[in-house]
Amino acid sequence: MAVFLELLVNGVSVGAVYALIALGFVVIFKATEVVNFTHASLLLAGGYVIARMHPLIGFWAALAAGIVAAALVGALVEFLILRRAHVGSRGVLAIVTIGVDILLTTELTRRIGTEVLALGDPWGDRVLRLGPITVAETRVVALAVAGALIAAFLLAFTFTGWGVAMRATAEDAETAALMGVRLGRVSLSAWAVAGALAAVAALFLCVFPTPGLDRGTAAVAMKAFPAAILGGLDSTSGALAGGLIVGVTETLMNGYQSELVFLGRGIGDAAPFLVMIVILLLRPSGLFGTKEQARV
Amino acid sequence: MSGEADPPAGEPASGGPERPGLQISGLEVRYGPVRALRDVHLAVPDGSVAAVLGANGAGKTTLLRAVSGTLRFHNGAITSGTVSFRGSRLDGAHAAAVVRRGVVQAPEGRRVFARMTVAENLRAGALSVPRRRAAAARERVLDLFPVLAERARQRAGLLSGGEQQMLAIGRALMAGPSLLLLDEPTLGLAPLMAAKIAGAVRQINAQGTSVLLVEQNAAMALALAERAYVLEVGEVTLSGPSAELAAGDEVRRRYLGIGAPNTDRPVGTDPGFAGEGHERTGLARWTA
Ligand SMILES: Nc1ncnc2c1ncn2[C@@H]1O[C@H](COP(=O)(O)OP(=O)(O)OP(=O)(O)O)[C@@H](O)[C@H]1O
Ligand SMILES: [Mg+2]
Repeated sequence: MAVFLELLVNGVSVGAVYALIALGFVVIFKATEVVNFTHASLLLAGGYVIARMHPLIGFWAALAAGIVAAALVGALVEFLILRRAHVGSRGVLAIVTIGVDILLTTELTRRIGTEVLALGDPWGDRVLRLGPITVAETRVVALAVAGALIAAFLLAFTFTGWGVAMRATAEDAETAALMGVRLGRVSLSAWAVAGALAAVAALFLCVFPTPGLDRGTAAVAMKAFPAAILGGLDSTSGALAGGLIVGVTETLMNGYQSELVFLGRGIGDAAPFLVMIVILLLRPSGLFGTKEQARV
Repeated sequence: MSGEADPPAGEPASGGPERPGLQISGLEVRYGPVRALRDVHLAVPDGSVAAVLGANGAGKTTLLRAVSGTLRFHNGAITSGTVSFRGSRLDGAHAAAVVRRGVVQAPEGRRVFARMTVAENLRAGALSVPRRRAAAARERVLDLFPVLAERARQRAGLLSGGEQQMLAIGRALMAGPSLLLLDEPTLGLAPLMAAKIAGAVRQINAQGTSVLLVEQNAAMALALAERAYVLEVGEVTLSGPSAELAAGDEVRRRYLGIGAPNTDRPVGTDPGFAGEGHERTGLARWTA
């Protein structure tokens, strides 16, 4: 039972971090209808800046720098590339983002090389004992921070003018423009927010028990894609649910791997994608998605 | 507003220099190879109501899109001519910039944000103006359409057609426009509701907002407007004071359904409008 609880807490924590990534993904999709495959490299960029800066300016300043840098990279990708790519179809734009992702990831992995970069976080490998279960401090912090960010985000989305503009644009961009909403700004802000959230996620993907940031981190971030998709690409609550489902499934599968050998090794890594496929077969627009149904 | 330029010298102003309003001259619009408007001249002097009549596919919506800067959403563009409001050019401006110059459109088919509440829809209409002005505008809108206050927390998608139209107009008023563009506000509404909307338009105009009204309900439009324009296949074929148009044989026969049998249906110029649109017949509806 204790093992299960530990796995569950870890899973929820990892899931909350995936949810941060998925949320950025969903925000961009809502604002622009573009499926943004650049997301993993935004995350890598944020993590890279934190890793390189913390020996120079300390962890907290480096974290801030990483968040700003990832937001900036996101905004630049939107402003310099997507805004200028006058292709009619969203599908082509998605492929453009794959191209940008490959460029960014190649450059970043070249810089990282074979190193494993520490992010200089203050939690290290300390653990917390809560009754019978033992959890890494980083996991608890990740859960708290991701939870707080998600709550702040959802509040802003519901109550601020920015949120109203976002939702109006998501529902009907032309009519939003008729209301004076500047679509360029909406899309720019979506990319910047997504970048910032990705940088925070990068931190928690790279701290204990993970050894640090390496060239494989982008692949880990990829697991947030199924999270976003199975929740419903255009649903913020879907991103949360998707993140949690993916995080918990993956952690449990990895935790009970010895019992699950009949499914093959590495089932934990494949689990998010399996869950996604099963859910999409049952509900093509994802758990909370509306897009497809609304267009019928 | 400080951002507004004075009318440049030499700008034609058929509404008179003291009521410059909206000026459209020599307008041509194309959707790729398709020419939807040709050499359109039109003026909406400040404080007035102008009506545009025409059959399905005549180019009425295209005309409003050209003013509101939304042609680009339909791969359309102004290929010649100018659109200016109070002396500053609107052609080429983005939709959001047009709103900030005081020209706001309530789109065809209402297009309320169905997943948002009525209150949020109104808020969306006021995103381009400061909080204080938004509060004042909300008061004006709720005064005009009290039902919107009752439904404030309801999802806009659940409103009736008439209520959605009120919301669409109210939402457009939230930006405090000097000129309101309305695209077939009474389409699909029962006579009583259509009359209510007409009353609201009159009241909005009485409060100082000029209105460019696109309608197929010719009787209503001619009663509201000072001037009317008749569009046929992208060209203005008839224009003048509404009273004169309403009295003229041509308009009476073709637009008011008086003195001619309603047998000659138009051949739809746009296959997308086949069906429902062609069923609009009867007195006071477009029947030519
Ligand atoms: N996005 C588009 N692409 C190509 N052609 C278009 C497009 N939108 C409109 N058109 C064409 O432009 C012409 C004018 O259309 P428009 O929608 O302006 O007419 P309308 O007078 O508003 O008609 P309705 O009364 O049915 O609303 C039509 O021939 C139509 O087929
Ligand atoms: Mg139309």
